[in-house]
Amino acid sequence: MYQYDKYDQQMVDTRVAEFRDQVERRLAGELTEDQFKPLRLMNGLYLQLHAYMLRVAIPYGTLNSKQMRMLGHIARKYDRDYGHFTTRQNIQYNWIKLEDAPDILADLASVEMHAIQTSGNCIRNISSDQYAGAAADEIADPRPWAEILRQWSSFHPEFSYLPRKFKIAVIASDEDRAAMRLHDIGIQLVHKDGELGAKFFVGGGMGRTPMIGPEIRDFVPADELISYAEACLRVYNRYGRRDNKYKARIKILVHELGKEEYTRQVEEEFAHMKTLGLNPPVEELARISEYFVDPPFDPDTRDDLDLSDPDFNLWVDQNTVEHKQSGYAIAVISLKPQGGIPGDASSAQIDLMADLAEQYSFDELRVTHSQNIVLPHVKKSDLYALWQKLDEAGLAPANLDLITDSIACPGLDYCSLANARSIPLAQKISERFADLGRQRELGELKLKISGCINACGHHHAGHIGILGVDRKGTENYQLLLGGSAAEDTSLAKITGPGFSEDGVIDAIETVTNVYLEERQEDERFIDTYRRVGMERFKEAIYG
Amino acid sequence: MVEAIRFRDDDVHEEPAVSLDAVLDQSNATAVRIEAGEDARLLIPLLERLALIEVDFPVFGDGRGYSAAQILREAGYKGELRASGDVLVDQIAYMRRCGFDAFAPDAPIDQKVMKEALERYDEFYQSTTDSRAPIWKLRHG
Repeated sequence: MYQYDKYDQQMVDTRVAEFRDQVERRLAGELTEDQFKPLRLMNGLYLQLHAYMLRVAIPYGTLNSKQMRMLGHIARKYDRDYGHFTTRQNIQYNWIKLEDAPDILADLASVEMHAIQTSGNCIRNISSDQYAGAAADEIADPRPWAEILRQWSSFHPEFSYLPRKFKIAVIASDEDRAAMRLHDIGIQLVHKDGELGAKFFVGGGMGRTPMIGPEIRDFVPADELISYAEACLRVYNRYGRRDNKYKARIKILVHELGKEEYTRQVEEEFAHMKTLGLNPPVEELARISEYFVDPPFDPDTRDDLDLSDPDFNLWVDQNTVEHKQSGYAIAVISLKPQGGIPGDASSAQIDLMADLAEQYSFDELRVTHSQNIVLPHVKKSDLYALWQKLDEAGLAPANLDLITDSIACPGLDYCSLANARSIPLAQKISERFADLGRQRELGELKLKISGCINACGHHHAGHIGILGVDRKGTENYQLLLGGSAAEDTSLAKITGPGFSEDGVIDAIETVTNVYLEERQEDERFIDTYRRVGMERFKEAIYG
Repeated sequence: MVEAIRFRDDDVHEEPAVSLDAVLDQSNATAVRIEAGEDARLLIPLLERLALIEVDFPVFGDGRGYSAAQILREAGYKGELRASGDVLVDQIAYMRRCGFDAFAPDAPIDQKVMKEALERYDEFYQSTTDSRAPIWKLRHG
């Protein structure tokens, strides 16, 4: 994985000093909260309901065991002994003291990490496919491109006061595991005439007005990537709406201008930008790519597995993914135990995952947008030992992509924007559907829960989505069906009137029963929904 | 009146700045002030005769002026480029990188804090109109 050189290190070290100075000025009363707010937000520090929350960037979701251990250390020393992995492959800590924040950033910088631009109206952490470098279906590793973009977007002077936040995802396979088309810019690496380049999708997003990003260019060569991205951003910075924060994301601009007109303006700006010398040379992409070459795989390791232990068999079947290298597997550690909080991990669990990565996965871990952890390169012959250790620590739920592998935002338990709680609902659903046999019978079923219309829990993209709203002072939950964040991207539709907390769980159960009655052959829930349509489900729920 | 900050050696331009509409109509104006939503590109045909362009920041979070500055410098403008309005010390370093070389803030700026902010970072990742070599260029020569 990528390693900082002196420039990268100096950048984060300087940032720590700068933020320390800003915090001191704030604590001394030289800065008002209004003046300090944009500065702390550039550093991922939010004031939540009960305390400061610090969001730490995990660029493209990749980290090593040393970095993972530091995340555990921060949880232990500065928080309440746990951290929360997020839908943008980051981690956040919910109980941070302002005066500790500079020390935390210094600890992060010591392991080549930071919290730069994890909030604020700027370009956020670049996300990517959690199986990058290991997936059997990728055409290249997307992470060197993501790293080029990370560096370009860090402290970008022209694009740090955008109309609204800006999220970029990069993938390199036809299967989309990163919700790419629901990003402000989605990039898919593609080949054209034997050359690797980037296909650009612009204007996707969730929030109040969900949109699927349209393709605006089928190929941008590697040595023009930055000038094309600059062109997309400049048009947005100049013409994105600033009169209403709920209409300020780029998706609204693209929608209001129309894809053709937005594209025309970008192309015009791009023609100009290309002449300015903004692009790193191809040698820079080559330099970065060196850090992402394959680890030294053992070509002779066995490809078969002893699956005689039935629980292990279930976990392998559900939580491991095909690796590009024979004899290896991608192992997914589910952070969705029965009754647990989706995405939370204790410092002890974080340390253990770090140890296991070091021992079994060439020192690498990944964070997924569905709030799980991946060990990307595990020898099949090590899987049983790995599973046993995970199981002992409560880290072996065999529920990847099943109904209890839900995404949930922090909700009203933490968030000052929320209208309803998300976490207790996710916990209750995982109790209701605890029987693994039943979950497996339901098959792939992406359940996503947001506690308000800002959609941090991706409810628009859930096969089943839940949106918490405030209805005359009580929490109420709307049910949505038919969304997908994968390559078949679609937006879920609301079934009808909302429910109480228990009512929505009953409705989910009803919906899954309709699926079991209606499904044909090996249809997934989403396939059946698309075939039979909303009405059949509505009748069963409200009929 | 808060004291203006200048990073130029030439004399302060005395002529008052006129609006964008006015400068497009008047063939002799040499100083113009553009508002955040106005298109800086309209000034490109006039750059030869302009000695001062003031770009207003109604609130510090309105970042349109950064693009306006870059566009003007990319087009070869060499005169004074002044940021006015809600210009705070913590934004000045970015403004300098986008080509601003003068500041007329609404509220006074602590000179010591500004100096530290401007000297804090030695290198930058991006190529901008400040003509400093970006880090990728330092890496590859």
